[in-house]
Amino acid sequence: MTTAPPDNFWNDTGRTGISSWIFSTDHKRIGLLYFYSVLTFFLVGVALGLLLRIELMAPGRTIMGPQTYNALFTVHGVVMIFLFILPGFPGAFGNLVMPIQIGARDVAFPRLNLFSWWLYLAGAVIILVSLFTGGGAPDTGWTFYVPFSTRTGTNVSLAVVGVFILGFSAILTGVNFVTTIHRLRAEGMTWTRLPLFTWSLYATAWVQILATPILAITLVLIFSERVLGTGLFDPSRGGDPIMFQHLFWIYSHPAVYIMILPAMGIISDIIPVFSRKPIFGYKMIAFSSLAIAAAGSLVWGHHMFTSGMSDNAVLVFSFLTFIVAIPSAIKVFNWVSTLYKGSISLEAPMLFALSFILLFSIGGLTGLILGAAATDVHVHDTHFVVGHFHYVMFGGTGFAFFAAMHYWLPKFYGRTYSQRGAIVAWALMFVGFNVLYFSMKVLGMKGMPRRYYDYLPEFTTLNLVSTIGSWILAIGLLIMLMNLFRGLFRGTPFTGNPWGGATLEWSIPTPPPTENFIEEPVVTHGPYDFTGTGRP
Amino acid sequence: MSHPKHTDYNGDKLGMWLFLFTELLLFGGLFILYAVYLARYPKEFSAGGHQLNLVLGTINTVILLTSSLLAAMAVTAVQRGQQRLTMGLLGGTVLCAAGFMLIKYLEWSAKIQHGIFPNSPRLIQGAPGESIFFSLYYLSTGIHGLHVLIGAGLLGWVALKVRSGAIHSHDYVLLENSALYWHLVDLIWIFIFPLYYLML
Repeated sequence: MTTAPPDNFWNDTGRTGISSWIFSTDHKRIGLLYFYSVLTFFLVGVALGLLLRIELMAPGRTIMGPQTYNALFTVHGVVMIFLFILPGFPGAFGNLVMPIQIGARDVAFPRLNLFSWWLYLAGAVIILVSLFTGGGAPDTGWTFYVPFSTRTGTNVSLAVVGVFILGFSAILTGVNFVTTIHRLRAEGMTWTRLPLFTWSLYATAWVQILATPILAITLVLIFSERVLGTGLFDPSRGGDPIMFQHLFWIYSHPAVYIMILPAMGIISDIIPVFSRKPIFGYKMIAFSSLAIAAAGSLVWGHHMFTSGMSDNAVLVFSFLTFIVAIPSAIKVFNWVSTLYKGSISLEAPMLFALSFILLFSIGGLTGLILGAAATDVHVHDTHFVVGHFHYVMFGGTGFAFFAAMHYWLPKFYGRTYSQRGAIVAWALMFVGFNVLYFSMKVLGMKGMPRRYYDYLPEFTTLNLVSTIGSWILAIGLLIMLMNLFRGLFRGTPFTGNPWGGATLEWSIPTPPPTENFIEEPVVTHGPYDFTGTGRP
Repeated sequence: MSHPKHTDYNGDKLGMWLFLFTELLLFGGLFILYAVYLARYPKEFSAGGHQLNLVLGTINTVILLTSSLLAAMAVTAVQRGQQRLTMGLLGGTVLCAAGFMLIKYLEWSAKIQHGIFPNSPRLIQGAPGESIFFSLYYLSTGIHGLHVLIGAGLLGWVALKVRSGAIHSHDYVLLENSALYWHLVDLIWIFIFPLYYLML
C-alpha cells in the first residue's frame, strides 16, 4: 500500500501474525474479525439455502428426504440469524466505524469487546459441534418450539447452549456500545450531531441489553426441560406450551429490530452522501429508531395469532403491531425526501441503499398483512411468511450490509473495487432476489405451507421459478464478493474522501491510524453538513 | 498494539449497571412464569410453599443481608485506604456466601430425600401445579445459587487484587462493581424469599 501513511492500523502493532489479530483490542481489528466471521457463516447459510431451494425445485423427493430437509432449514435459520445477521452489523461495522464516528479512540471496554468476539466464536463452534454429535443436527426450526424441541432426539440441548453463549456475547456488545456512546463522544459531538448510523446502533444496543436476557432464560428452560425434566411447558404436568412461545418471542421479535435498525442507520448515512444533500428530518430519524426499539418490544404476540392465545391479546398485539409501522414509515419518507432534488450519483453503495428502501418497503407492507389478525390466519405458516421476512431481513438488512461493505471497506483497506463490477453484481442480485422471494409470497397466498420438503403439484411452476431466482442471486453474490475483495486487496488506491462524506470517519487518513485521530477531534459541524467536503 | 490505559470511573459504573439490568431481566423470565402459574394453581402453590423450611430461608436472608453490608463496608474501607480491613470485610462476605450455599445444600438435600425434585415419581403422580411449583423453586434458587458462587468467586479475586495493591484508594472501581454485583445477588434473593417462602 504505497499511498497509505506508514502508521496505519494494519502495520502499526507490537505483535505479528495471527495473535496480532485474535488478541487485539483495537476496535478496527475486532471489527474485521467479526466481519470475516459473520461473512463466512453467511456463505454457509447461503449454501444451505441453495440446497433447500434445489429440494423444492420439483415436488417429491429431489435431493433429500424429510429429516434432512428439517435439519437443513433449522441450521439455515440458526446460522443466518444467530451467526450472521444479529452479530453482523454491531459486531462488524459497529466496531469498525462507530468509535471513529463519535471521535473516540476506541470503545469504552476494549478487552470486553475482544471477549465478545471470543464468546461469539465459542458459541459458533458449539453450534457446529451440535450438528454432528448426539442425535444429529437439530430439526426444530430456529424457534425451538416446545413440545417438539423437548422431545426430539436430535441434539437440541447442545445447540441451545451455543445460542446462549452467543446471547451473552450480544449483551456484552450492547453494554459496551451504550457506554461508549454515552461516555466517549469527542468535544462538540452533541447528541444531535451524532451520525444516524451511531444513533441506530445506540437504539440497537438497548434492545440487545433489554431483550437478550429473556432469550437466555428461555434457552435455559429448554435445556432444563430436556435434561432435568422440569415440565414447565408440558401440559401433562400442568405446564403451558404457549408460555414458551411468549418467552421466546418477547426476545425474538425485538431481535428483529436488532437486525434491521443498524441497517436503517447505514442507509441514513449513505443516502445524503450520494444525494449531496443534508438528511431530511434528522431528529425524526433518530427519534424513530428509539420509537421502533420501544414499540417493537411490545408486539411479540403477532407471531402467535394462531397459537390459541386469547382473542383479546390478539387484538391488542395486532393494534400495537400497526403502531410500529409509523416510525418505520417516518424513516422511509425521510429517505425519499432526502433524495428529492438531490444531486444523486448512482455508485454501488447508493444502488444497494436504494434497493434497500424498495425491498424493505415491500417486506414491511407484507408484514402488515401478517400483523392484521384476520389476514394472518390465512397466510400463517405459509411461504408468504418466508417471502415476507426474507424481504425484510435479506432485502433489508442483507442489502444494507452489502451497501456498508461497498461504502466503508475501501476506507479501511485503502484500495477500492471496480464500480462496473459492483453494479453488474448488484443488478443480478436485485433481479434474482425478487424472482426468488416474490414467487414465495405468491406461493404462500395460494396456500403452500412452509417447512415441508414436498408440496402439491399445482405449486410446481412457481417453485421452479423461485429456485432459478436463487441461482441468479447466488451468481450475483459471487461476482460481488470477487469484485469487492479483488478491489480491496489489489484494486486502485483509495484515498481522501472521494464520496464527500461529512461524518468523522472521512476526516482521518486512509487506512485509519491505530489511534484513529492524530489529534483529538473537536466537532464543529453536523454529520450531514457537506460544506467543504470536496465533492461538488 | 494496545492503547494507553484509559480510565473512566463513571463509564465503568455505567457499564456495570447496564449489565445488572440484564441479570434482573434474566430472572424476570422466571418471575413471569411464577406469576402466570400462581394465578393458575394458587392452591398447589400454597401447598408447595408450606413445605419449604421457613427457618432456614430466614437465616439465609439474614446471612445475605449481612454479606451485602460487609461488601458495602469494604467499598468504604478501600476508599479510606484501609487495605487489611478491606480484605477482612471481603473475606467476611465470601464466608457468608459459603454459609448461604451450605444452608441451601441442606435444604435441597432434605427435599430430594423426600422425593421432591424435578421429574421425581412423587411429583409426577402429584397435582400438576405442585410439580410446576417445585420446578420453578429449583430453577430460581439454583440459578440464584450459581450467581452466589460467581459473586463469591469475583469478590475473592478482588480481595487478592487488594492484597497485591492493584486495587487501592485511587483505583477501586473493580471492587465497587463487584460489590454492586453482590448487591444484585442479594436483591434477587429479596424477591425469591417472599415469593416462595413467605406469601404462599
